[in-house]
Amino acid sequence: MPSIRIPTPLRSYTQNQVEVTVQGENVAQAMEDLVRLYPALRTHLYNSAGQLRPFVNLFLNETNVRDLQGMETPLQAGDRLLLIPSIAGG
Amino acid sequence: MISMLPELSHHEILRYSRHLLIPEVGLDGQRRLKASSVLIIGTGGLGSPVALYLAAAGVGRIGLVDYDVVDFSNLQRQVIHGTASIGELKVESARKRMLDLNPDIQVDIYNEPFTSENARRIAEPYELIIDGTDNFPTRYLVNDLCVLTGKANVYGSIFRFDGQVSVFDARRGPCYRCLFPEPPPPGLVPSCAEGGVLGVLPGTIGSLQATEALKLLLGIGEPLIGKLLLYNALDMSFEFVRLRKNPNCKVCGSQPEVTELIDYEAFCGVPGHDHVEGAVGGGWDITAAELAELLKSNRQVQLLDVREPHELQISCLEGARLIPLGQLASRLSELDTTQEMVVFCKAGTRSARALELLLSAGFRKVKNLKGGINAWAAEVDPSLPIY
Repeated sequence: MPSIRIPTPLRSYTQNQVEVTVQGENVAQAMEDLVRLYPALRTHLYNSAGQLRPFVNLFLNETNVRDLQGMETPLQAGDRLLLIPSIAGG
Repeated sequence: MISMLPELSHHEILRYSRHLLIPEVGLDGQRRLKASSVLIIGTGGLGSPVALYLAAAGVGRIGLVDYDVVDFSNLQRQVIHGTASIGELKVESARKRMLDLNPDIQVDIYNEPFTSENARRIAEPYELIIDGTDNFPTRYLVNDLCVLTGKANVYGSIFRFDGQVSVFDARRGPCYRCLFPEPPPPGLVPSCAEGGVLGVLPGTIGSLQATEALKLLLGIGEPLIGKLLLYNALDMSFEFVRLRKNPNCKVCGSQPEVTELIDYEAFCGVPGHDHVEGAVGGGWDITAAELAELLKSNRQVQLLDVREPHELQISCLEGARLIPLGQLASRLSELDTTQEMVVFCKAGTRSARALELLLSAGFRKVKNLKGGINAWAAEVDPSLPIY
C-alpha cells in the first residue's frame, strides 16, 4: 500500500503519525483515504470546493504530481507521497 | 576579469588561509568573494548564521534589512545578537557582531520593513538575495523582485523541526511561485511565534543557505536550482525533490501577469506592517485590565484558552476552559452561545482567529484578550511568566 509522509505542521492532526499508510490506486484516492482516517486534516488540504489547496504540494517519490498526471497519477504499492506545505518561519 | 578583482592584503591572506588552501576557492575565489555583494532580508533565526558565515567568509559587501529590535525571546536561536543587545536595533546589533568577526567587510544596514516601495532601491546594489524572512508577504515580494530584476534568491524556511532550502533563479530554473503559486489562507499555517521552533533549526538551514550563497558567488559546485531540500531534525532526514519551472507561473511563466511589484499583504490576505499583533479591532478586543475588572464584577464570564495543552505548564488562568484552536471548529457544541466569553492564547494571534471562527458560528458575546495571557502577566498578574 502507498504511504503519505506528513510534515510537522500537520502532524497534530494525524496523532503525530509521520508516515500514514493509505489505500488507493491513484493520488486522489490515497488523499481521500488520508482525510477519511484523519478528518481534521481536510480543511488544511482541501478548499470548500473540494479541491486540493494550491499551497499544498504533493510529490510522488521525487516528482511533483502536477508534473505527472495530477490527482489521477496512479500509485503502486510501496509508493511514497510527500506532502509539502508552505512554511514561512525564519 | 580576474585582474579587475580587488587584491588581498597580507592580513587578509592570513585570515582566509583555510579558504586559499581549497583549490575550488583559492586566491582568485577569495578575491571574487571580496568583490561580491549579498543582501540578507531578515536578521532573525536564519539571518543570524547567514550573516555570520558570509561575514567570516569575506563577502565584501553585505546588506541587512530588518526593522525589529532584539528581544529576550530571540536569543534562543538568533545567535548573532547577545543579551547586551536587547532593545537595540537588530541591524545595528548584527552589524556590530559581523564587523567584530571581520572588520575588512562593508555592512550596510536598512532599518525599515522590506516593501514593494523600497525593495528595488534597497536590492539594486547587490548581486544575490537571501530570504531569511518570517512571513509570506515578504517571501512573495523577495521572489517577485528577484524574478523581475534577474537575481538569484537563496530561499530557506523553518517551522518547529522542519526546514526547506532551495535556490530560486528564474533565469535558470523555477521560482518560489512555481512551487507555491498562492499563499495559504491567513491563519492556516502558524508562524514560529505561535508554533515555536527548535533553536538550532535555523542554524542548520541558515548554514545551508550560506553554503549555497558562497557556491553561487564563487561559481562552484551544483547549486540547489530546481531542487528543494526538505530537512527534518526529529528524523534527521534530508530529502530532495525536483522542482520544475511552471510554464504558467504568474511571474516567471511565458505570459506573466505580475510584471511589477504588487501589494503583497493584500495578496496574502494579512494585515500590514503597522498592524498591532494580538488585536482584532472593531470593538472585539478586551484589555487585560478590563478583563480583571469584568471578572471582579461578573463571575459568569467564560474564559476560553485556545493554546496547546503543553502551554498550560507555563501559565494559565484559573477557571479557563482549554480547547486548542485546531479543535475549536469541531468542538463548538461544547460552548454556550448565550454566555459572555473571553478568548485568549499566548499573545492574541490564535485567539483572534478563534474569535473569527466563533463569530462566523454565530457567537456574539465574545471578546479577544488583547495581547493574550502575556498581557495579563504584564499588566495584572506579575506572578505569571511571559513567554
